[in-house]
Amino acid sequence: MVVNKIAELEGFKVLINGKAMDREISGIYCCDLLSVAMGKAPAGSCWCTVMANMNTLAVASLTDCSCIVLCHNAKCDENMMLKAETEGISVFSTEMPIFEASQAIYNEMIK
Amino acid sequence: MENSIHLHYEVDGEDFTRAGEASSDVKHKLKKLNVPSDAIRRIAIAMYEGEINMVAHADGGVIDVDIYPDKLTMVLNDVGPGISDIELAIQEGYSTASPEVRSLGFGAGMGLPNMKRSSDEMNIETEIGVGTKITMTINY
Repeated sequence: MVVNKIAELEGFKVLINGKAMDREISGIYCCDLLSVAMGKAPAGSCWCTVMANMNTLAVASLTDCSCIVLCHNAKCDENMMLKAETEGISVFSTEMPIFEASQAIYNEMIK
Repeated sequence: MENSIHLHYEVDGEDFTRAGEASSDVKHKLKKLNVPSDAIRRIAIAMYEGEINMVAHADGGVIDVDIYPDKLTMVLNDVGPGISDIELAIQEGYSTASPEVRSLGFGAGMGLPNMKRSSDEMNIETEIGVGTKITMTINY
């Protein structure tokens, strides 16, 4: 499943069209503690989190995540949006809690 | 002595949002040099954690990186408060981070453990009230 496909799922919207919307998602990773994610998020992951700040983008970029899904409608500020655009990281948003969001993406992945 | 590419970074102690700029820059340079992606990831993790520690605990610092054909060394220097108990600081889950730092998603006590796990060699020299110097080597 490629990153772009998340936009087609019900309840998800695109916040930032990254430069790798056609990248394959290697798996789903759920975590809100950035230093834990830094050490553990596998490359290519679709990272589901409620932690929406500039450092989320830095961690996603350094661990080479394929995209970020902000759950519970976590809001990102203008600076974060600008940074995501600069870095070319795809960011999605959903009202769903982390488990439901990752389940929806997983169900699409195993189709 | 082997030739290396030397890079120098000053880490701003005031600004959490800028933490990661140095590691991001090193990451891009290593990609251009065709360093294996697994090594780049380990280097990025080790350096980013170092940057975060400098901002969270030491009011910034400086990082010197040397890129060799088969390894990278980085030296992180700060003039922060020093680490009183290295054994404790290096345990997963132990943290002295402030509530502000924790609210940003850090302070899980994973910084130094991540740095140790990501590097092939790590050496910490610290003195209370004087500062901390961390040297890491990553082979590839």
